Amino acid sequence: MTKTYDIAIIGGGIVGCAVARRMTLAGAKVVLIEKSPDILAGASKGNSAILHTAFDAPEKSLELQCMQAGYAEYLDIHKSMNLPLLKTGALLAAWSPEEQAKFEGIMVKAANNGVADLKLLTTAQAQKKEPNLSNNLLAAIEVPREYVIDPWSAPLAYLTQAVENGADTLFNTEVIGGFFDDSKQEGLWLLETNNGQIKANHIVNCAGLYGDLLNKNVFGESDFEIRPRKGEFVVFDKAASKLLKNILLPIPTEITKGIVIFPTIFGNIAVGPTADEQESRADASVAKENLEMLYAFALDKIPALKHIPVTATYAGIRPATEKKHYRVKHDVKNNWVTLGGIRSTGITASLGLAQHVESLFNEQGIRFNKLASSRTPMMPNLAEHIERDWQKPGVEEIVCHCEMVTKREIKKALDGSTLPAGSMEGLKRRTRATMGRCQGFYCSARLAELTEGKFAESIAVKSDKKEGGS
Amino acid sequence: MIATILQKQCDVAIIGSGPAGISAAITLKKAGVDNIVVLERESEAGGIPRHCGHIAFGFKKYKRILTGLQYAKNNIEEALNLGINIQLNTTVTALGEGGKLSLVSQQGISELNAKRVLIATGTREKPRSARFVSGDRALGIYNTGALQGMVYLKQKIPFKRPLIVGTEIVSFSALLTCKKGGIKPVAMIEENPKPTVRWPIYYGAHLFGTPLFLETKINKIIGDQRVEAVILESAQGQKKSIECDGVLFTGQFTPESSLVRMSHIAFDSDTFSPSVNANGQCSDPAYYAAGNVRQLVPEKGRNAYFYTSDNPPNAVNISGMCWDQGGEVALNILESFSN
Repeated sequence: MTKTYDIAIIGGGIVGCAVARRMTLAGAKVVLIEKSPDILAGASKGNSAILHTAFDAPEKSLELQCMQAGYAEYLDIHKSMNLPLLKTGALLAAWSPEEQAKFEGIMVKAANNGVADLKLLTTAQAQKKEPNLSNNLLAAIEVPREYVIDPWSAPLAYLTQAVENGADTLFNTEVIGGFFDDSKQEGLWLLETNNGQIKANHIVNCAGLYGDLLNKNVFGESDFEIRPRKGEFVVFDKAASKLLKNILLPIPTEITKGIVIFPTIFGNIAVGPTADEQESRADASVAKENLEMLYAFALDKIPALKHIPVTATYAGIRPATEKKHYRVKHDVKNNWVTLGGIRSTGITASLGLAQHVESLFNEQGIRFNKLASSRTPMMPNLAEHIERDWQKPGVEEIVCHCEMVTKREIKKALDGSTLPAGSMEGLKRRTRATMGRCQGFYCSARLAELTEGKFAESIAVKSDKKEGGS
Repeated sequence: MIATILQKQCDVAIIGSGPAGISAAITLKKAGVDNIVVLERESEAGGIPRHCGHIAFGFKKYKRILTGLQYAKNNIEEALNLGINIQLNTTVTALGEGGKLSLVSQQGISELNAKRVLIATGTREKPRSARFVSGDRALGIYNTGALQGMVYLKQKIPFKRPLIVGTEIVSFSALLTCKKGGIKPVAMIEENPKPTVRWPIYYGAHLFGTPLFLETKINKIIGDQRVEAVILESAQGQKKSIECDGVLFTGQFTPESSLVRMSHIAFDSDTFSPSVNANGQCSDPAYYAAGNVRQLVPEKGRNAYFYTSDNPPNAVNISGMCWDQGGEVALNILESFSN
């Protein structure tokens, strides 16, 4: 007989992982269902990894509330799970008088949002903080508590904690439809998947880019529509890290937060995102002209970047909707919570959204038996400013030389962890292997050997030749 | 001998055991400098020629045509026979002032004080990302170096029908490597009206039946999990799709010089090489550089003093030139000791 879960979470992005953690710790029997072979395969795979204070979030919004709750919880828990925090601070830079004219409004909004520590900087003050910025800088607002985190280790930690405290995960599993049996007092969902039926009393839709489609499949309709918005990024080599200490924010417009230049937790400087609406929910391809535009943008603001090679390019797709706010709804009659339209701020808001889900259940008098004690996993550190595995004793072999990834780290990510990598992408996100300046020139052969037979799609393919090479 | 105990100081530390580094080590040893250590981050010595299971290497030195593999093996044997200390799995993590090197090896983190340091860290090809190529980021996109490592060192292949991008000497190596691995490239493309190097490319493409498209570039790479097709674009803007299961970006060599870039040593940000004087000496006089880290194989479009499409090179000259320069710089290092 199949198990009946209290809660089935559909979608293994950062929001699903955070909800799985929160509800497991709250005592619920949780299953997380993900259609890909690993977590973070959709919107959560490409973002800017900034932990925002929400100084410019929509006033009095759920987004603001969840961002600030999520921010506070991350600061609270990150050390206990060995998750990194890079206290960069941010400069909101004005490059024209028109931009500078918006400063007052930004300060007022920030104060209304409870972010009271913004500071106006003169050109000289801003240049003193960031001497490599272009002379075209007019003025800046300092936002001291905007920070940078590891966008992949954090959600991995959340789901790892859920699993180590009893949650189940189902990968390569796609929800095709569902039937709600409300004849029983609590109500029971029978979810149809490509891997059979799953029973759960409550559902949390964290399907991100597919959130509206999931609701349509199950209910025949969705009260929101995902409008995929692609964001491309260019990453500069680690030598660039000397050139910028703060996150360099643009003056936001109505449509987007604009293009940011930011230090990454891995010791690089990155620039992005673009913001292009597109039909496809899956097409995370990059476009030469956009990459060139981002590159030129970065060099315009920080001229010395022209001496630094580009390490990587990537794109992510934000699950924006036809409206500008989160689309969160608890369909109480149908035991169905939808967390829709969680756009670029989701990485900051995820832990806060999870708190919100718990409060939605509490409001309905739905309570679980909170775990008497819980396990807290310690995550492997990939941040450049904290001791890495290669700096610890017992290193047998460094496999990826650009990112200094040890064989021990790769073995652990493949076999020795609660949530082993389910794909090459998953392995890269867990270890950083091949994500450096040579992009696998030196280590692909060794990685092909180490990962052989581990994934559905591997580096090496089967040869047509009768006998192997010699 | 392959040493296991780390020493704390030495006369000359050589970073990299490719042709330039080994040549310098042999020259110094023969000249009577005993306390030399060659630091190699891989688990085998020999450098990039070790990945090249194909000809043509070592003609200048050995008077016969060898594969890169044999050439590297000969070089390393010669060094080991002379008693040169090559430390494998040893990564230099920082270049400090006056020759103080930070290392990590199986013995953990350590420091090595070298009176002189030779930087011979070689070169690598420019990856897809740094070329700003449009399209999906699917499995199956590599440089020649990675392909060679897979085919010759691990007996594995990353694709069966790739598109090859570029027509440099190394692109010819890519064809040979494909042949060895039973890989049949769907085409080879070059953005310019002529191949970067003429004879081996025409010869190779003809020999292996690989169509060569000139004045053609990638418009977009397509693939969900793995590469499925590439849209090609001609100089006239015409587009056509070609099915393939991988893309091999060849050439556009860039020095493997990040250690220098991150250090106090003066750096030439046009060539991405350490700045050196006529003796191969860096701004910190304890440091020297030799071989491809000094951009001996010029990136296309840069000031190519070594070869151009009108002045086709001989494949053997590239590693041979590194070998020669390693020896020359070693003599300069030797002289600096007597000054």
